[in-house]
Amino acid sequence: MPSGSNNTSLPRYSIAMLSACALAYEVLLMRLFSIIQWHHFAYMIISLALLGYGASGTFLSFFSQHLQRHFSKVYLANILLFSLTTIICFLVAQQIPFNAEEILLDVKQSFYLLYIYLLLTLPFFFAANAIGLAFMKHRQHISQIYAADMIGAGLGSIVIIALLFYLLPNEALRLLAVLGILAGVLACWELGIVRKTRLIFIPLLVLLLLLPTKWTTLTISPYKSLEQTMRITGTRMIAEHSSPLALLNIIESPVIPFRHAPGLSFNADIEPPKQIGIFSDADSMTVITENSGNKKDFRYLDQITSALPYHFRQLDDVLILGAGGGADILQANYHGVTNIDAVELNPQIVKLMREKYAVFSGQLYNQANTHIHIDEARGFVSASNKQFDLIQMAMFDSFSASSAGLYALSESYLYTVEAFQTYLAHLKTNGYLAISRWVKLPARDTLKLLATAIAALKKNEIVDIEKSIVLIRSWQTSTLIIKNGHFSKKEITALQNFCQQRSFDVAYYPNIKATEVNIYNRLRQPYYYQAANALLTEDSERYIENYKFNLQPTTDDHPYFFNFFKWSTLEEILKLSGKGGLPLLEWGYLILIATLLQALVISFVLILLPLIIFKPEQQKSPLNGLGRLRTFAYFSLLGLAFLFIEIAYMQKFILFLHHPLYAIAVVLAAFLVFAGLGSNYSTRFAQQENQHKGVMIAVGSISIISVIYLFSLTPIFNTLIGLPTVIKVLFTIILIAPLAFFMGMPFPLGLSMLQDKEHHLIPWAWGINGCASVISAIVATLLALHFGFSLVIFAAVLFYCSAALLLIKKYH
Amino acid sequence: MIHFKHKAVLFITLYMLVGLITPLFADDDYTRLRHILVEAIEADVKATSLHLDKKTLDPQVLNAMRKVPRHEFVPSLYRRSSYTNRPLPIGYGQTISQPYMVAVMTDLLKLKPNHQVLEIGTGSGYQAAMLAELVNQVFTIEIIKPLADEAKSRLARLGYDNIETRIGDGYYGWEEHAPFDAIVVTAAGSHVPPALIKQLKPGGHMVIPVGSQFMVQQLLLIEKTADNKVKVSQIMPVTFVPLTGKH
Repeated sequence: MPSGSNNTSLPRYSIAMLSACALAYEVLLMRLFSIIQWHHFAYMIISLALLGYGASGTFLSFFSQHLQRHFSKVYLANILLFSLTTIICFLVAQQIPFNAEEILLDVKQSFYLLYIYLLLTLPFFFAANAIGLAFMKHRQHISQIYAADMIGAGLGSIVIIALLFYLLPNEALRLLAVLGILAGVLACWELGIVRKTRLIFIPLLVLLLLLPTKWTTLTISPYKSLEQTMRITGTRMIAEHSSPLALLNIIESPVIPFRHAPGLSFNADIEPPKQIGIFSDADSMTVITENSGNKKDFRYLDQITSALPYHFRQLDDVLILGAGGGADILQANYHGVTNIDAVELNPQIVKLMREKYAVFSGQLYNQANTHIHIDEARGFVSASNKQFDLIQMAMFDSFSASSAGLYALSESYLYTVEAFQTYLAHLKTNGYLAISRWVKLPARDTLKLLATAIAALKKNEIVDIEKSIVLIRSWQTSTLIIKNGHFSKKEITALQNFCQQRSFDVAYYPNIKATEVNIYNRLRQPYYYQAANALLTEDSERYIENYKFNLQPTTDDHPYFFNFFKWSTLEEILKLSGKGGLPLLEWGYLILIATLLQALVISFVLILLPLIIFKPEQQKSPLNGLGRLRTFAYFSLLGLAFLFIEIAYMQKFILFLHHPLYAIAVVLAAFLVFAGLGSNYSTRFAQQENQHKGVMIAVGSISIISVIYLFSLTPIFNTLIGLPTVIKVLFTIILIAPLAFFMGMPFPLGLSMLQDKEHHLIPWAWGINGCASVISAIVATLLALHFGFSLVIFAAVLFYCSAALLLIKKYH
Repeated sequence: MIHFKHKAVLFITLYMLVGLITPLFADDDYTRLRHILVEAIEADVKATSLHLDKKTLDPQVLNAMRKVPRHEFVPSLYRRSSYTNRPLPIGYGQTISQPYMVAVMTDLLKLKPNHQVLEIGTGSGYQAAMLAELVNQVFTIEIIKPLADEAKSRLARLGYDNIETRIGDGYYGWEEHAPFDAIVVTAAGSHVPPALIKQLKPGGHMVIPVGSQFMVQQLLLIEKTADNKVKVSQIMPVTFVPLTGKH
């Protein structure tokens, strides 16, 4: 059996392939856990699983000398172990009966979660071992290895997005494992491993390909609505469609119909027609309603709060944002709208409506008066040159997800001050913007929406704002309407009649009296009315300050509409947790904090503690070396800074490209690939032993470009917003290229500084960097939540400059 | 290593002993635990009085809580936790509600012995058993067949002969036995079914918990007045005022 020798060629291709698979696996795990669990836990699990990179650094610090002697075999073994554990660990992890909702009720759940972390850490641990070993083995060529790592990861992010259009997530998982084996084949070829060893691939491939499909079927939490629906007699899955946006399950329930009509008036004595359910990621449901052309069938759509604008006057041009299964289009049809534009993000839903369910839905998406646009809602409005009588925003998220505060960490550019300004700019004179939301108790969403709308109107310098707003609610939904003009007496009378007939409550309209509120759906106090009055006065800041949930208007720099958490309320809520107070907790935020704390503890236990206690390969750092402390500081700072910039600019570019998924894929790939190219370029500094100069140039450039972008990107985006997507993607790549290029340099240059006299510190540096990256992702989100993305960028520049200063100090 | 092994063996032995002892819990022990639980609920109600508009629950409801053996309604795995004030999983993605919530909901129905009550969503049958302790006749409908079957045999075994169970769709209520003095809807869909409002007697009460299986966000109390008008109260089952200080 041959072992690795110094003559082996650089394993560029296998590293690139392995990195591609590892990044693709990370994205895929996010999808898989969003389906079987909830997406905030997906975030938590993946963050921590990435600590496998850190643990690998520690492992290599202890055993690198021994492992390097058998480099080829160990390298190959780690690639193959990565491949096998990707699938095995997930399949075992999904069998663990973890239930997120019980985590504060049942101590067992914390152990289940820990078990999941440990399992999912393994694949990343093996991938990082292979890459880390290559760094050590080929320390003269660190920049090239790092380049292969980055470029591979960049390509991986694109490939997984493409794959998810064609394969179901569990099939993609199997394919990734097979691709991992192929990375092993490449390694054999690159390292000149003999035929006998190569035979190992055959049984592995056979094993992966013949794995019974039943074993790889996703085990979805029984508390998700798809699973609950499937238990009802007669329900059956008609189809399943995968896309990187969501897994869609099409469900028919002929015995017990869906009857989906959220917020239907108590006075309504009608039932929706036959419906077919479309579940996204096994949870939030939209329905396709049977349409036999009988208008009467859709009377129920006039019995919900979102029907109000149609009662003000006849509306001709209506824009529906979030068309889904078409309920809002049916509602507009029912009210005789002549021209409907409807925007839907998911092309698969549009395809279903246009083809398979075209007849069932009465050709709803093909009718002459309706124009369907596959686009992101705000992006569509920004680029549109049309003006509308009504812009109707549907409830995009499911009630269960909304009420549990699951979206706290998701940025939403749909509900920001700037977004409202965009919508308002696309209203005709006297046009309406109507936004419906689920009612949460105590009131949160609707009030934040109102505060944001008021901020937008103020920014537009609208006079008498209070005359342009109305707000109504049922027990389940609320509808806020902003008018491009002042509400007339006739409109107010129409509103009063509409609400009275349906037993909906009026929360606010111009000159409303206290006696008119909280009549039909009685709350302990007329909270909505009180809030609207307070938010519309000079007193609004004090009201927001005193409110126990975060109602601060959201902006593009601060786009966390769904984060309602306030530290000052936490103690009170925790005291009430045993007395029915758990629903008051804003889980999303707390999970972010818990993830950070866990990451810090686990990083300490897995990475730092072993290194402190055992002092691997007791070698003293030479006097002219970087030294342990400086190495630690340098690579921690780089880990933090790189992701800070990547995350912050990713957000900025999402706003430009609008489609969240493509934006993430393009931006991530561009960052990684150009960083890889930068790394490759940095070789020349390493060869001249002039690494500090390379770092200075890189950090100087990063700082200048970051600061320029911070101030100039918004005007650039505003100028280019109307261009076709392809051109915008091109501009994105051009803008990212220089920044990412320089960001790719400091890390490999740092490693190459260690290559001669301190090469024992290389795996340590690799581990520290991995660990800092995990913490960075969490801290960046926390900083953005509290201070906005601009601060995240400033912090990153500060970190980069500090890292560079560490080197200056050394060289002086 | 040996030390670790010893510890592990000791731990496993203890764990198994606890497991063996558990089924030997006597009925008296459960009765004692139930009484402690009811005391805890009484304290919680006092603390939540602001939102419930009362300092104590109907003594009859509390008596029923002291009587109904909750441990008979939970899977054996959770039997030891059956008298903790929390919802517990019963399989099929369903839960047995938090006892505090069951007590509050039952109280809101303002039941009298001669009342006829409908329940939509039998689940384990615990809520139906609570109702059966307070009224003459309870009708309960469950959509998930295995749950309905289990609940039916459990209620029969425990001697609840005033509960009639049915498997199926609760959307149209139970026309043959309508109207009802009270209705509990523990498995609500996207809206309150119009048929249920119709089947509620004038003067009757309907309660619907809104939220997820483990977290009730609000209780919807629907009252039908003598003149057939519907009044709805949205009750937060917890004392929490959204504003701090004076405004």
